[in-house]
Amino acid sequence: MSRAPRRGPRSKTFVGLYLVAPYAVFLAVVYAVPIIQGVRISLLDYVYAAPGADVPQPFVGLKNYRKALSDPQLRRSFLNILEFLAINVPLTVVLGLTLAAVLAKLSRLKTFFRSAFFVPFVTASIAVIGVWYFLFSQSGFINHALGGWAPNPSWLVNSRLAMVVIALEVTWKQLGFYVLLYLAGVLLIPDSLYEAASIDGAGVVRQFRAITVPAVRNVTILVTTLALIVGANLFTEPYLLTGGGGPNGASMSPALLIYQNGVEQGKPGVGAAIGMLLTLFVLLVAGAGRGVQWLVQRGEERSPGRDREVSPA
Amino acid sequence: MARMRTFTAAVAALACTALITAGCSSGGGKGGQAKTGPIKIWYSNNAQEVTWGKATVAAWNKDHPDQQVSGEEIPAGSSSEEVIGAAIAAGNAPCLVFNGSPSAISGWVKQGGLVPLNDFADGASYVEQRSGAAVAAQYKSSDGKYYQLPWKSNPVMIFYNKDMFKAAGLDADHPALSTYSDFLAAAQKVTAAGGAQYAIAPAPTNEFFQNWFDFYPLYIAQSGGKALVDNGKATFDDPDGQAVADFWSQIYAKGLAPKEKYNGDAFADKKAAMAIVGPWAIAVYGTKVNWGAVPVPTATGMPADQIHTFADSKTVSVFSACKNRQTAWDFLKFATNQDNDGALLNTTGQMPLRADLSTVYASYFTAHPAYTQFAQQAARTVDVPNVANGVAMWQDFRNGYLKSVVFGQQPTGQWLKDAAGTVASDIAK
Repeated sequence: MSRAPRRGPRSKTFVGLYLVAPYAVFLAVVYAVPIIQGVRISLLDYVYAAPGADVPQPFVGLKNYRKALSDPQLRRSFLNILEFLAINVPLTVVLGLTLAAVLAKLSRLKTFFRSAFFVPFVTASIAVIGVWYFLFSQSGFINHALGGWAPNPSWLVNSRLAMVVIALEVTWKQLGFYVLLYLAGVLLIPDSLYEAASIDGAGVVRQFRAITVPAVRNVTILVTTLALIVGANLFTEPYLLTGGGGPNGASMSPALLIYQNGVEQGKPGVGAAIGMLLTLFVLLVAGAGRGVQWLVQRGEERSPGRDREVSPA
Repeated sequence: MARMRTFTAAVAALACTALITAGCSSGGGKGGQAKTGPIKIWYSNNAQEVTWGKATVAAWNKDHPDQQVSGEEIPAGSSSEEVIGAAIAAGNAPCLVFNGSPSAISGWVKQGGLVPLNDFADGASYVEQRSGAAVAAQYKSSDGKYYQLPWKSNPVMIFYNKDMFKAAGLDADHPALSTYSDFLAAAQKVTAAGGAQYAIAPAPTNEFFQNWFDFYPLYIAQSGGKALVDNGKATFDDPDGQAVADFWSQIYAKGLAPKEKYNGDAFADKKAAMAIVGPWAIAVYGTKVNWGAVPVPTATGMPADQIHTFADSKTVSVFSACKNRQTAWDFLKFATNQDNDGALLNTTGQMPLRADLSTVYASYFTAHPAYTQFAQQAARTVDVPNVANGVAMWQDFRNGYLKSVVFGQQPTGQWLKDAAGTVASDIAK
């Protein structure tokens, strides 16, 4: 137990700690503090009090949670979000990966297409929503084109279709970002794999399934998780495109309810409680998604087929 | 290990400091009472009100070099109520805001953001003398104090497009719009065959305040001047509320109003033949639309001079972040004296909430006959009830209205009964 041999690893630990310190502080200030504060507010009859004002903020236990859960709109909003995610996440993965694979193979106009997919992502939501309103409103372009086939009630006031339109809009708007993530993954796959597969007689579709999809599995996990988190926080579209979660709550989202309760109605406690429930919901859904991916991966590893033979791993 | 513990402790301490900073107030802010000195005020961003605000501030500043007022528009946000609520919490609210919504007052009082006007020697008496005790009483809070000076109203009426009415073969100068059946008949005629796209287009969206411009004015008229709640109880679950709910549900069922949000002002864009709005809109519609105005309809009709409507008023409050409160109060009295109220009427066309409105400014109304009926209507207005959790109450009311009246998914009678219960429990919390 002399001191000399321990000096090396120990000083390495210190260097490591100093290096992570800025990020740890960033995490604490930007994430940990608001989450702790959110939990605290959700347990109080909280008021955004004026500085120095003598305003009681008593501890109320789980009252805010009970209040939030007794609101039929809350259940509706979580079901709406599940519907949204069921459309948005698979569509994002399928379109994102397909487009990235095609983009990687393009020899001409590569930059143009990459930018074209990215433009909606960097455009302000309000402008994109304006365009979609023009397309899907009662007297909009789509209904004009459909003529007698237009849905009645129209898209944005149809309780079956409003969330579908929103899911499509968000998928389209975000897609450019996910295409970029996938593109980074796809470009890392060595060409030799495709050449070998081609010599073995695999066509384009077969190559995509046997090489591209498994090779970018980690990107798929990242894309799925990000799309889940961003999707669960859906706010702008129900707020602006369907007039506040309409029709009749069919596109109401938990984030919009947080805004209504916490900001508009001066009930930050209830808003914070919904925020905590939304966090749990995201963790559960993301955990379930991760579990499914793990099972699929394990299944593939146990029964190695021809796909496995040509995968880069 | 020791160093690591120090590091962990440091991070924890930092996190705690941040938490305390976020959670606790910075103290101070209890401005001295009856002090004078420079103050800051906010007014709305309505172009005419900005003109009035600037002129009033300049007139005051000329005579009060030691009590300069700096006026600016309310910072942009999704609504001025949210901006003001945030400013109260941040401790940087101005001394006065000339755009208070009566529905927001109870929340601001709860935040500790407002100064009761009764703190000033002539506070209550000035409010009551200027607006009349009966009108002023609507703006009193549950503790019996005034936290707002009722400043101006925009009594809502039915605006109609004379050209569209004429084209539909309706009497454009004296349209029959006083009963529900007359209104529905006119609405159907004006939208028939190539006419207006909609008869009327109240926003079918779920913002808590939208019922102020569809159900509420008609209920006030039909009930002879009842507010949504009285003595902690809902008033509207009665035959009058039923009549109003059925009227609007017919409008939607017959497709006379859009169930989808219209981006813009459907009346100004000539897509809707009618609108429910106050006199502030005259400056907006101006010569763009050849308009006329009539009182809101009632089930079987009432003489125009007996019809009540929604006031859509704005109030002014003194904020607790204000240090020089005496100057704030003096400026408030200056800005709402007879001359400056007259200037407000002249510049904006909105009605100062003065008991003597039509007599004091008689010459103005002779010169501007379009505003006369609004001035007459201003004498019979009802505002939103000054109750706790007002916004939550209106939001629940709105959700049910959309479900039942607009989208027809619940019988109106059932909705009124349910809403009466929800409203009572909301305001009791």
